Amino acid sequence: MESLKSQKGLTRRQLLSNATAIGASFVVGTTFIAAPNAAWAVETSVLKPETYATLVQMARDIYPHDKVGDEFYVIAVKGYDTEDSSAAIEAGIDALNAAAQGRGFDSYLGTGWERDRVDILRSMEDSPFFQTVRGGLVTGLYNQKAVWPIFGYEGSSFEFGGYIDRGFNDINWL
Amino acid sequence: MTAPIDLTDDSVVVVIGTGAGGGVLANELAQKGISVVALEAGGRYLPEDYVNDEWASFGQLAWVDPRTTSGDWRVAKDFSGLPAWIVKAVGGTTTHWAGASLRFQDHEWKAATNYGTVQGANLLDWPIDPREMDDYYTKAENKLGVTRTGDRAGLPGNNNYLVFEKGAKALGYEEVHTGRMAINSAETEDRLACQQTGFCFQGCKWGAKWSAAYTDIPAGEATGNLEVRENSHVARILHNDEGKVTGVEYFDQDGNLQMQQARVVCVAGNSFESPRMLLNSASSMFPDGLANSSGQVGRNYMRHMTGSVYAVFDQPVKMWRGTTMAGIIQDESRHDPSRGFVGGYELETLALGLPFMAAFLDPGAWGREFTSALDSYENMAGMWIVGEDMPQETNRITLNHEVIDQHGLPVVNVHFDDHPNDIAMRNHAYAQGAAVYEAVGATRVFPTPPYPSTHNLGTNRMSENPRDGVVNKWGQTHDIANLYISDGSQFTTGAAENPTLTIVALAIRQADHLAEQMSAGNL
Repeated sequence: MESLKSQKGLTRRQLLSNATAIGASFVVGTTFIAAPNAAWAVETSVLKPETYATLVQMARDIYPHDKVGDEFYVIAVKGYDTEDSSAAIEAGIDALNAAAQGRGFDSYLGTGWERDRVDILRSMEDSPFFQTVRGGLVTGLYNQKAVWPIFGYEGSSFEFGGYIDRGFNDINWL
Repeated sequence: MTAPIDLTDDSVVVVIGTGAGGGVLANELAQKGISVVALEAGGRYLPEDYVNDEWASFGQLAWVDPRTTSGDWRVAKDFSGLPAWIVKAVGGTTTHWAGASLRFQDHEWKAATNYGTVQGANLLDWPIDPREMDDYYTKAENKLGVTRTGDRAGLPGNNNYLVFEKGAKALGYEEVHTGRMAINSAETEDRLACQQTGFCFQGCKWGAKWSAAYTDIPAGEATGNLEVRENSHVARILHNDEGKVTGVEYFDQDGNLQMQQARVVCVAGNSFESPRMLLNSASSMFPDGLANSSGQVGRNYMRHMTGSVYAVFDQPVKMWRGTTMAGIIQDESRHDPSRGFVGGYELETLALGLPFMAAFLDPGAWGREFTSALDSYENMAGMWIVGEDMPQETNRITLNHEVIDQHGLPVVNVHFDDHPNDIAMRNHAYAQGAAVYEAVGATRVFPTPPYPSTHNLGTNRMSENPRDGVVNKWGQTHDIANLYISDGSQFTTGAAENPTLTIVALAIRQADHLAEQMSAGNL
């Protein structure tokens, strides 16, 4: 994702000085969202930055892995930032925010606890919007090769000669 | 090397499909000097083409043409357009299979006799005496190079096996070993030894696992008697006024309709495509489809009683390292109705990579109950359950005229409801699988639902009496003498064992039969 990290003309200092916090992300200008620590930034093409940030939070709430950084969730939903998908996503996120407001929160991102967001998601889990986002994440998140080492998964082994000399039977605690 | 055979040559045997049934049959016939045209819907991929990447490999090899599903099986909900995980390529699903090569037990050839009446089940004895199969099983084991048969050593156990073995022995199981596998434990003339790479399901890049793609197919082609036509998708089988089949219409690699004439047609397109071809070949003489006077074409679909048990431990296992399925517990494969069900099941080690684990551990699940399981992926061990399921007339393949494929042909709908016997057996296996892992200190176990089917059986079943099935003991259709079924769709019942070895043994046997009948002038 060339749009991630070290955006041209966008320094870490600018990010931090100009950013507006939304959830775990920051809106920077009109088309950027970024990590609060500027570890990553992404330029949205079609989606509103607030929508994208909410979608990232929704992705994490569906498949929460505390040891997996936001940048992987950002990538996992990047495919929705297109002309074809944006209307459905904006509508879905609007519904998500409306559901949050119906429960007394300012917005989905305005909730404090994951359990409140999960309750909101449970209330809409049969919707096509939720199922599309969830289904897409199964490959969008877990098929990122950069995610695999976080889970200890080693991926392709043929080019290393398999595991015949690299620990196929190295279990030592049985 | 390949012999181009003329479309109008009506002396040839046409084999449809090149997997465990068709690929072996085509080679065996070619070795006997019989001219064969093999029509294969997929392309040709060899070890250098295979990829150690689950989704990329799925995109390369899997049969993803449209299909529809119905019934109470969970696959119809979780994978409604993908009832089976099988391969569209030269060599068929022998590219993807795990390699487990087990003979049927004697009692399984006679399920109706040995199990008695089971309500709702359409049980029938195979019209084959188990002793007729002994030599063919030996030939099949030698062809495939099955470990722990002949003088072939077993494979070494990987981490996933060592956990499984320790738990099995703690429970008192006795028939526990690294399996009878068509994966070389030592290098042979034509295949390397297993390098414990994992990714057995994605095509073995060493060629250590037997696949028709790089053994039987090129061996048959080397005789000059076999022509394999890739990317050739069969539309229908043609017949004459005497009710004999005369040829096969197919779409070639450019999408043009061709017709290959034939002396004999052998259908081996798997338990979905084989009945689909017979049904799509309906004519004024055979309005219900070819070879369907019994009404049994497409019925009695079996997929084995399957499921998986995964477990998490407090320390790493790294189950993905090494052979995907080299480990088995056979103690539960016996027929012992005191357990609350007829027939039996095998427990076999199985590992999935992270991407497929995310897709298959609990399809549709989300939230921390699910993700905390994947957080422990490195500490996971896994096994697959494979047991005998009950044939039911209503579990069936039908044509879905509402949905057509890329060639304009109606696709199949696959209807499946679990039989109460299947459910009782699965629950027993879940409990035993969990006990195996708990005996080694598992902190959490997962009774994982069946994946899209890999063992697709029945739908053109073998029967003594023409009214009960589609083919006789040779795989010859009861209705049409020169039309044969050569794949797992001819299975009368499924037994507890992984089916490939039996499909191969039946194909070798059918080749002998065909050669005899052709030289006697009966075909």
